[in-house]
Amino acid sequence: MLNISFFNRLVIWLVVAFGLLVAMPNAFYSRVETHNDAVAAMDTGGATPELEADAAMWPGYLPSSLVNLGLDLRGGAHLLGRVRVEEVYADRMKAMWPEVRDALRDARGTIGTIRRVEGPEEQLRIRIQNPDQMAAAMEEVRGLARQVVSLSYPGATDIEVSAEGDVLVVQLSEAERELSDQRTVQQSLEIIRRRVDEVGTREPTIQRQGSDRIIIQVPGIGSAQELKDLIGTTAKLTFNPVVQRVSSPDADATGRTVTLPSADPSEEGVFYVLEETPVVTGEELVDAQPDFDQNGQPAVNFRFNASGARKFGDYTAENVGSPFAIVLDGEVISAPVIRQHIPGGTGIISGSFTVQESSDLAVLLRAGALPAGMDFLQERTIGPELGADSIRAGAIACMVAFAAVLIFMVLSYGLFGLFANIALLINVGLIFGLLSTIGATLTLPGIAGIVLTIGMAVDANVLVFERIREELKTSKGPSRAIALGYEKALSAIIDANITTFITAAILFVLGSGPVRGFSVTLALGIITSVFTAIYVTRLLIVTWFERARPKKIEV
Amino acid sequence: MRLRLVPETTNINFFAARKVTFGASMVLMVLSVVAWAVMGLNFGIDFRGGTTIRTESTQAVDVAQYRDAIAPLELGDVAISEVFDPTFDADQHVAMLRIQAQEGEESAGNEMVASVEAALKGVDESIRFTSVESVGPKVSGELVQSAVLAVLAALGAIMVYIWLRFEWQFSLGAVVALFHDVLLTIGLFALLQIKFDLATIAALLTIVGYSINDTVVIFDRVRENLIKYKKMGLQDVMNLSVNETLSRTVMTSGTTLIALIALLVLGGDVIRGFVFAITWGVIVGTYSSVYVAKNIVLMLGTKRDWTKPSDGPGGTQFSTTDA
Repeated sequence: MLNISFFNRLVIWLVVAFGLLVAMPNAFYSRVETHNDAVAAMDTGGATPELEADAAMWPGYLPSSLVNLGLDLRGGAHLLGRVRVEEVYADRMKAMWPEVRDALRDARGTIGTIRRVEGPEEQLRIRIQNPDQMAAAMEEVRGLARQVVSLSYPGATDIEVSAEGDVLVVQLSEAERELSDQRTVQQSLEIIRRRVDEVGTREPTIQRQGSDRIIIQVPGIGSAQELKDLIGTTAKLTFNPVVQRVSSPDADATGRTVTLPSADPSEEGVFYVLEETPVVTGEELVDAQPDFDQNGQPAVNFRFNASGARKFGDYTAENVGSPFAIVLDGEVISAPVIRQHIPGGTGIISGSFTVQESSDLAVLLRAGALPAGMDFLQERTIGPELGADSIRAGAIACMVAFAAVLIFMVLSYGLFGLFANIALLINVGLIFGLLSTIGATLTLPGIAGIVLTIGMAVDANVLVFERIREELKTSKGPSRAIALGYEKALSAIIDANITTFITAAILFVLGSGPVRGFSVTLALGIITSVFTAIYVTRLLIVTWFERARPKKIEV
Repeated sequence: MRLRLVPETTNINFFAARKVTFGASMVLMVLSVVAWAVMGLNFGIDFRGGTTIRTESTQAVDVAQYRDAIAPLELGDVAISEVFDPTFDADQHVAMLRIQAQEGEESAGNEMVASVEAALKGVDESIRFTSVESVGPKVSGELVQSAVLAVLAALGAIMVYIWLRFEWQFSLGAVVALFHDVLLTIGLFALLQIKFDLATIAALLTIVGYSINDTVVIFDRVRENLIKYKKMGLQDVMNLSVNETLSRTVMTSGTTLIALIALLVLGGDVIRGFVFAITWGVIVGTYSSVYVAKNIVLMLGTKRDWTKPSDGPGGTQFSTTDA
């Protein structure tokens, strides 16, 4: 046990040196942070003398990853949102209606006339004149179904067609719902990320949780409300034909129409009756930029993709002289009259914008619309002062705890206690090194985890030292006692730490937020404390023993 | 000169009063359940939904004035309390407001928070909201579920591990001890009406981890001594083992408590409940590994001679292998 090979010693010291090296930037937190920000800014926006100076505050050859501070330490906003995935089903059914109508219309000879009847939004319900021909009608609609690629539902199609008396019911199949949910959440995640990035705050966390939830954490933002405003705007843009301009929201028109208010403040009380099916939607938009219209008013310039451009071009060619509504989030921004055919798929949205509004709108349009609305289930705002107070209190507590434990150990075990203390210092360094390397987030409970680790890290050493004391009583000679002490304590150390590690792992898997932060530091603390207790302290003791060659030791 | 908290050799009979200690533990467990049932836990918003607002002001907090200012908003159940902490500056006055989940809302209405802020500004110009936290009722239900699941899963996993490494009697003893610690902690939280939230669950699991650590170290020594002193009675072996490891138990609990007390006093009020639970758990956990876990093993007895497979209740081959 006392013979540690040169190779092993080298590995132990290399691990320690490497761990401390990656932990080091945390000791110069604000300097390294300034450096990192400057480097990131230069990557995207090019260098300026100030940025160069900021970047020079920390040498580039040194490691620069920092422990990510959680919101409770840094301040910021946290949101847990649920994506209303079922909204997409309704949209899909709405979009499917013309297709179904055309398919059934072709078979009018056998099934008779058809009429859409009211039903739940995620279903299309169609009454058929000749119910005895239901099978033929269902066959017709089934012809519109598409295969979906899904491992759990092999050979599934995207819609389900069934009959209830003389009513034909079309809805999305289970497989398609699942895939649709998947896509909706993925798309929402992407759009939220782009919107948050546009604002340019540091290290936002945007994660999916469970089947339909998204966690958004943005450090440094003033309040959860701000964050909600930023991502909550759906920016759903459509271009719909105008049926009528009216002065009351109740003015009903015939057919499939919607009545929407005007967004223009000079047109208060004005409503537009629009055809429900849009000509083109914002999804076919490829670019949007703030611009000015021919009158020098702020406006937004946009461009469609090929299919959008074709539809827009065809429609404008056929409807010169008719008004055309530009609808954003359920309000008519403007309803200009088409003066001429607009080929090429570019256009301009003018309304009564300010310059700021037009550039905000361009950002929203570029990022795209959220495919579905969101409900916010949980939100949290932590002010930066509170975070700073918490860090200060946590740091003071850590230092006091640390000092007290160090003194206590030296008083109890003398020189061996000193060795344990060196290992303890290395241990805390290694925890920070690991936290920085894996990019874990340090939270307030995480600090508590570190403090608890400090207390528990000595346990492995204590086990060994107490064992050595016992072996010394049976007077086997110092070297034998040390060797036996390590040997016999090992099983207890391993068992005790594995059980604690199990709880940390369970905390990590089942926990969320602060609980998880705590479990990470606790688990890392167990790993590093076992390493330092078994390897580092032993190496220190062995190295000392080889040089001093004491005849008698006191532990 | 070394600091010795425990004499070099001790020969305390830990099982002299085992009926009393074990009985006391049982009574405390029952009392905890009673306290829990009668007084209930003071659930934080994590578990029942609602909003908490932390305010900070340079002027002294007047809870009655705050209450009067908020009353016209008709927010239902509003709890306002002033927070005192030694780490605060002289002109730092902190209060916590807890507002129940509002009807028909998944999460806090921001108008609600804004209206509360406006109302309180009327009382105190310098007031600031340093943190606002809202949890919708739907999430809180799930949080309760996952928290209970986490504690049960941790207990189960530990039980399996100890069973594999030792024997089933030890495994049962350890889990009963853990159960004891968890229950006593919940009882204390009910009794003192300390806020019980997600962080408390984390603390409970930490207690489980710490207590098992302590139990396993002593079990390990028992296992070793059972092999060493084949003829000694189980109770004597256990007594010897506890005495032999006593110095270590006191040292480790001591250093952990030193660290925790530093955090309790200086760590700020935000994590005080959490640290308090862990501190209590360390004390209870240390006690339970001696007075609960071992008593159970003692009652159940254990297999002594591994050369005769039919001797006593079974264990596993794996249980004697050393790590």
